[in-house]
Amino acid sequence: MLRHRTARLLTPLFVGVLATWVLAFAAFGYGGDSKPVAESRADGLASWERIYSVLTSPRCINCHTATNYPQQGDDRHRHFANVIRGPGGKGVPGLNCISCHHEANADSTGVPGGPDWHLAPLSMQWQDLNDKPLSSAAVCRSVTDRSKNENMDGRALLKHHEEAELVLWAWNPGFRPDGTARTLPPLTHAEFVAATRDWVEAGTPCPKGK
Amino acid sequence: MAIFKLTVNGQHKEVNVDPSTPLLWVLREELKMTGTKYGCGISACGACTVHVDGVATRSCVLPMSLLGGPVITIEGVGEDPVGRVVQEAWVEKDVVQCGYCQSGQIMTAVALLKATPKPTDTNIEESMGGNLCRCATYVRIRDAIKSASQQLK
Repeated sequence: MLRHRTARLLTPLFVGVLATWVLAFAAFGYGGDSKPVAESRADGLASWERIYSVLTSPRCINCHTATNYPQQGDDRHRHFANVIRGPGGKGVPGLNCISCHHEANADSTGVPGGPDWHLAPLSMQWQDLNDKPLSSAAVCRSVTDRSKNENMDGRALLKHHEEAELVLWAWNPGFRPDGTARTLPPLTHAEFVAATRDWVEAGTPCPKGK
Repeated sequence: MAIFKLTVNGQHKEVNVDPSTPLLWVLREELKMTGTKYGCGISACGACTVHVDGVATRSCVLPMSLLGGPVITIEGVGEDPVGRVVQEAWVEKDVVQCGYCQSGQIMTAVALLKATPKPTDTNIEESMGGNLCRCATYVRIRDAIKSASQQLK
């Protein structure tokens, strides 16, 4: 009897607390962890912009073209020697990527190299047909579209940025034929991975817009 | 300096060179195989093309430290059935003018025909596009590749 009475008294209290919590969630956007969702998304977008600054740097975007050729150099000019993409992104017979690009940088001859040197697929193009980098929003949509990115979720994208050998090459790009060091991306690899981790933990948000 | 063991046209060789030495200079200076030519030295012209592990490779930009397979040069490619057919087609079509680039042209053409025995004009243009000829023998090169292709099953 007493228990029933207590329950009758406590139930409205519980419902009230729950309703207050729901209202607070709706009003302030609190998520499952200690950070508000809105703040988490804003942080994630800020992290994405840092990632985007790397992806659109020449060491990365030169092989993410929308055309049938790679680019080279900090000015992202068309690759010399009439090099073309080929059906698998690895050149064509007689003029393969590995005709010149070997397992590692050839610093004595100025030719960059790394394992399985190849172009990114056209589904992962980060520039338009005029060689202009796509917008942050467009690159983000591309990177997060699992029908285009070899079915990588956030965790797989983080692993890709942490470990993929051609990604790592961007921070060890070797020397130009004139002996000077190639330009590095604007973030260190550690900063790039940290930004990716923050972005993934925020749910891989993408900027709005074209 | 370091000692490198390599296989060239099926023969085992040993050279003692700086690891940064390009394969081209090992062939020409150490092994005295001068059929492979020095053109630009930056992989832009194709004159130095050889096959490494079956892949057409610009020997002028390949340091010995990164050499990863057996080498076939113009001196040995005629031992290969496709190579022999290509060389015969080159003679049939009288492709050569000054001849300086032709060993590279032949090595690239052999790589093309091994992968694509019946190449289209586009295939030929794409694969041969990195091999330059200052005598402009391009029309005869294309004819020779088509002639060789017809003889390949």
